Amino acid sequence: MSAKYGYYPGCSLERNAIAYHQSAVAVAPVLDIEFVELDDWNCCGATEYIAIDVLPAYALVARNLAIASRQKLSGGNQNQVVAPCSACFLNLSKVDKYMSDAPRLAANVNTALAAGGLSYKPGSVRVRHLLDIVVNDVGYDAIAAKVQKPLYGLRIAPYYGCLIVRPGFQGAFDDPEYPMSLDRLMGTLGTTVVDFPVKAHCCGGHMTQISEQVALELIRQLLQNAAEYEADAIVTLCPMCQLNLDGYQEAVNRHYGTKYHIPILYFTQLMGLAFGLPAATLGFGKEFVDAAAALNKIGVQPPPKPKKERAGKEALPMPEMAAGGLSHES
Amino acid sequence: MVAQRSAAGPAPGAFMDEVIAATPGGASHLELCVQCGTCGGSCPSGPDMEHTPRHLFAMIRAGMKEEVLRSNTPWYCVSCYYCMVRCPQEIHITDIMYTLKRMAIKEGLYRESSAADAPDFSETFIDFVNNYGRSFELGLATRYHLRHHPLTAVRKAGMGLGMVRKGRMDLTPKRINGIEQLQAILAKARELGAEDGAISQGGRQ
Repeated sequence: MSAKYGYYPGCSLERNAIAYHQSAVAVAPVLDIEFVELDDWNCCGATEYIAIDVLPAYALVARNLAIASRQKLSGGNQNQVVAPCSACFLNLSKVDKYMSDAPRLAANVNTALAAGGLSYKPGSVRVRHLLDIVVNDVGYDAIAAKVQKPLYGLRIAPYYGCLIVRPGFQGAFDDPEYPMSLDRLMGTLGTTVVDFPVKAHCCGGHMTQISEQVALELIRQLLQNAAEYEADAIVTLCPMCQLNLDGYQEAVNRHYGTKYHIPILYFTQLMGLAFGLPAATLGFGKEFVDAAAALNKIGVQPPPKPKKERAGKEALPMPEMAAGGLSHES
Repeated sequence: MVAQRSAAGPAPGAFMDEVIAATPGGASHLELCVQCGTCGGSCPSGPDMEHTPRHLFAMIRAGMKEEVLRSNTPWYCVSCYYCMVRCPQEIHITDIMYTLKRMAIKEGLYRESSAADAPDFSETFIDFVNNYGRSFELGLATRYHLRHHPLTAVRKAGMGLGMVRKGRMDLTPKRINGIEQLQAILAKARELGAEDGAISQGGRQ
């Protein structure tokens, strides 16, 4: 019987990181695990809600924990919730931990939850990141047994980012500074795992929105490191990391005069390929930095592009700004 | 400890006590800082901060409330938790940064910091969460960038359009079924936060 887990996709996996969601759902049956989505879950607040108002930020997250603790799953892993997004994973585990450590906070959060007919007992839900489930519950041996098309020759930089390994509010499953679980997983799939000393460094998070320069430098360091080790792709496990490294790669190239072209893929996408699943079911084609070259290297035909690229990437259905300093393309 | 108040204003320790009280989740250990500088040395945005976390904690201890709340430091914190896992005194540094953000908003001092746009990003984000129960990237990006970065909004719009074309951005927000339940919970939390100042100092009402 497959192992069931509560599943908290989070807002990113609904749309921006749909490739992560699709590939996670596609590989689950191969791994003999089943996701049961939390009923009517809400946003975890990311890194923003707590900057504005603290008790509502905790209550927002606690509504999800309350729903998870109420949702009875048949067969093992009761009250275990999988969050594929690192920020969701952090917020859910942090609120549980801080409610456990601070009884007055827990009491206030529960008074708020009661206004919606809910309650949450700290410690009753165990929040786990998808990578943790894959490497520790399924395990490397079971994964190796499912590999049908080893990804030989593909050079992968394994990128963990911050929140999956730090600070480990419910106990860390890997080292906070030099984690290895994704390295081992990628090795199990047959890829050549390159040394990637910055593997747990920050992608810039929301700084792309607040002070883009700060974020671009952090992104540049990651891309440069992967380029130095001649990685064909960076593999990630967080929607924010994927978006920053993928969506802002062109901005980095423009800002620094660099020519990075490193596709940013989710670990679940590569698992799917190694398991022999069709690329079309794994969300390929959503990335901004084209992954065709990397996929060709392992004999995978990238899915056809949905539409012809618009001529001139900057062309928009809105008037050009005439302010000084902006370049004009004719 | 009862701090003695001088005619010049609150005792230096009063501000540190205020920060500690406003930081939820058990003991924040802020008062245990030994000024070792591990935090600043570990911080990815440290070079762009006006004060490293270590520096800021010394200023908190010295009662330099205005200078602290005017600093761009909390707004440049990327929440990576490097400082927190390395701190030998186990200070909840990331949580303290969030506390300082809330206090800076409350006192209005963020406007004088070089990160004056940052609170509006957070507020725009939570507005959508309050109304729909989910975040809404297109609405967030357009409202925030048109207000604060109209000149670069054109380039951002290019990326936004790419997101839409790639099927990575919704054109309309999704509302959860239990939005009224969520709003009742959040309203109660706001009310409790206002009553229990030691737990919540936030809100720009």
